[in-house]
Amino acid sequence: MSEQTPGAEIAANADQGRQAKPVAVRKGMWSQGTGDTSGYSGIVRTLPTPTAAQQPFGSYFDELHDRLVALIPDALVQVVVDRGELTFYVAREKLAEVIQTLRDDAFLRFEFCPSVSGVHYPEDTGAEFHVVYHLQSMTHRRRLRVETTCPDSDPHVPSVVATYPAADWHERETWDMFGVIFDGHPHLTRILMPDDWVGHPQRKDYPLGGIPIEYKGTVVPPVDARRVYR
Amino acid sequence: MKEKTDFYAGSGEAGEGTVYTSMGGDWAEIAKEQAASEDETLVINMGPQHPSTHGVLRLMVECDGETVTKIRPGIGFLHTGIEKNMEYRSWVQGTTFVTRMDYLTPLFNEVAYCLAVERLLGIEDQIPERANDIRILMMELNRISSHLVCIGTGGMEIGALTVMTIGFREREVILDLLEAITGLRMNHAYIRPGGVANDLPETGIAQLHDVISWLEKHLGEYADFCNENPIFKGRMCNVAYQDLSACFALGVTGPMLRATGYSWDLRKEMPYCGYENYDFDVITWDAPDAYGRFRVRLAEMTESVKILKQCADRLEASTGQPVMVDDPKIGWPAQLAVGPDGQGNSHEHIKAIMGESMEALIHHFKLVTEGFRVPAGQAYVPIESPKGEMACHVVSDGGTKPFRVHMRDPSFNHLQSVPIQCEGGMLADIVVAVGSIDPVMGGVDR
Repeated sequence: MSEQTPGAEIAANADQGRQAKPVAVRKGMWSQGTGDTSGYSGIVRTLPTPTAAQQPFGSYFDELHDRLVALIPDALVQVVVDRGELTFYVAREKLAEVIQTLRDDAFLRFEFCPSVSGVHYPEDTGAEFHVVYHLQSMTHRRRLRVETTCPDSDPHVPSVVATYPAADWHERETWDMFGVIFDGHPHLTRILMPDDWVGHPQRKDYPLGGIPIEYKGTVVPPVDARRVYR
Repeated sequence: MKEKTDFYAGSGEAGEGTVYTSMGGDWAEIAKEQAASEDETLVINMGPQHPSTHGVLRLMVECDGETVTKIRPGIGFLHTGIEKNMEYRSWVQGTTFVTRMDYLTPLFNEVAYCLAVERLLGIEDQIPERANDIRILMMELNRISSHLVCIGTGGMEIGALTVMTIGFREREVILDLLEAITGLRMNHAYIRPGGVANDLPETGIAQLHDVISWLEKHLGEYADFCNENPIFKGRMCNVAYQDLSACFALGVTGPMLRATGYSWDLRKEMPYCGYENYDFDVITWDAPDAYGRFRVRLAEMTESVKILKQCADRLEASTGQPVMVDDPKIGWPAQLAVGPDGQGNSHEHIKAIMGESMEALIHHFKLVTEGFRVPAGQAYVPIESPKGEMACHVVSDGGTKPFRVHMRDPSFNHLQSVPIQCEGGMLADIVVAVGSIDPVMGGVDR
């Protein structure tokens, strides 16, 4: 919960050429568009995000990283080690190859893909959508997160269904909720929302909806319109 | 009812062939009419309002006679946007939402979510031992009650009604204990980031011992009723067959994976909440069919009772120890005390903040209205729910609300394996297959 100034790391991060994850800058204490009577309206907070890790990463992470880089030299854009979890950032052009190698190589052997999900970072210009793959190796008792990004203007990511059939419904859900198009998916259709639904509900610019509630003459606005701490 | 037009076809969807609308009790007539025509292919829509689909699952079945040639599950009828809603609520309020996802395993949803939040907060090692023991107690009680519903409703669907009635009898005993501890039969919101909401009530351990002796007395009945019952075995053996490689490819975990003989249980492989301190066995079976899964679940309940006994001993020894992390920025300052109306706040706490310390009042107010901030980052924490790997992927941007929460529900993955288990089998075996998958649509659709 410490709030340090992350300036130096962020600059170094940007130098590496990766679209750095947005560092949130917050002004005041309340949500946008509401009056601030707290006296903190001038406060500006920069919230640090996990940054690229350098070797040695510790644990089994180095072994994994070295093996993957030996097989595909330009596989990784960035490696993040945070809270004991390893994340490989992979360019979407390389994703299918990297995922297949992670599954097939005997030293990597991630034979199981439990989860695929999307995250929308509207402030991460040029990489608004992140698709997050969680992999598990039962042979080696290891876990790994692979993350790839795509811009809002061209929301295409290759499908990994050919490698992990389990990702089928997860990719459909990610398309349904975020509008990320998985190229090569056998039947990319809506799964949770009705077939004729317009829009992708989990995007940050999609409203939550809700109606104001009147109670004894006072109107309580819906939850997404209330003044809240951030 | 024989029709030329399909009432249920979507707009712009061309109806194909003859359309029958079964209103119940007219199946023989439909079969007769269909037999008179040359085409033996039947397309049947089963659900979403069908008692044996465990909620609102829709199955689209193509049959050649009584043999299933194609089956496709359709989901989304119970989608309530829980994940989206959580982005507008505080981190603590999140437990109230996740508990409503898979409503047969509410405590597992809460634990998965809280462990992920705790990892983001960096307080994983500071959770008091007693809180972990209570979490394990609650999870194992919940595991038994979830397996009881699976076995009970699964039995009812193939005509073994007694299995259902005794299953719900035992489940009610467990839910009574859960109610005594958390205040609610279901949707508890009891496990919170940092620990649990409340310590056990004074009578908690005694009630737990009652439940354990009740379960020990009655769990054997299921084996007596079913294990060697020829009708039961005839309906279950070699039905919904799915081997190890299919399980891996389709992301299937839990009893379905262990029925293939592969001993994979996250409680043993990647322990959390202190499961490494408990003595229990991982149950496997050598036939990956509906019967094998039944036997795995049955034996797992007995293992859970074994864990419950160890919980009782450990909780007795740690009476009076804290159940919430020792961090006033995260832990709720007050424990609820039961008032004369059965609900209420801790009177000592209210007396202190209202009469003695304005700072404590401000602190309480800020923690409840504003909540705590969680450092930016993401975490993925899997746990072993009764159905398989239940996991929570949480992303924080450093604010007082989750930036993104995604629940990896095991049933969501498992329903993908309906075609591989049912195609080529009999129409009537779909019900057995779905029952042995044990999906809960609240968790699938979220």
